[in-house]
Amino acid sequence: MADQRFRTPRSVAQGLGSAHHGVHHFLVERVSALALVPLVLWGAFAAVRLVGGGYGAAVEWIAHPINGVLVGALLICGLIHAKNAMQVVIEDYIQGFVAKASLLLLNLTVCILAGALGVFAILKAALTGGF
Amino acid sequence: MSPHLQVWRWHITMATSILHRASIFALYLGLLLLAGWLVALAAGPDASATYEGVVGSLLGRIVLFGISVMLFFNMAYNVRQAFWDLGYGFELKTAEATAWASIAFGIVAAIALWAGLAIRGVL
Repeated sequence: MADQRFRTPRSVAQGLGSAHHGVHHFLVERVSALALVPLVLWGAFAAVRLVGGGYGAAVEWIAHPINGVLVGALLICGLIHAKNAMQVVIEDYIQGFVAKASLLLLNLTVCILAGALGVFAILKAALTGGF
Repeated sequence: MSPHLQVWRWHITMATSILHRASIFALYLGLLLLAGWLVALAAGPDASATYEGVVGSLLGRIVLFGISVMLFFNMAYNVRQAFWDLGYGFELKTAEATAWASIAFGIVAAIALWAGLAIRGVL
């Protein structure tokens, strides 16, 4: 490494680079992508079973612990993955600082709200039968 | 306009890269639709019926089919990227083949999903 002499021993030890985040974003994106493969396949099969089954059947389905937990995992894992993916798109294409920061915060807000609403909705539907 | 944009030939690897970016937007919408379904389910039978009426309409089904193609394409593309991260699949022939394969998987898996719905008689 030619420019190693410009780096302090501490920065080399931390290995976080100029972005100060290291490879965290990259790892989260890869791990969430691989976790989503079985979750999405399960979700696709569940969707085929649920569509057209009526309200009662859907509530009964989500009240089952395995279904409630897995659909929650699918939603949260998907939102983490999508939040990181959209973040990169914003960072790549939006130039101005204010516009970029606003869209990044909007992205974060939308994903956290969707996750919180979704998890609350799963619990409410599963524990109260939807009423 | 810089000349490289006029002389550039479209490659399948470039097309899938752009399609992958586009799929992010489709799946973002898909996740919001999933959260919306859960909220409608929690809100009761009337809200669920309204949700089904909107998402189950002809336009809704067309959008959902598009999202399902993008979903399976994105899944295949991410598996492809995982192999790249391990150092495999960079050969031109391999990269082009896996690009086509990820498009094919997206279309075939989505058709299989909707065929499942058709077989159940709920389309």
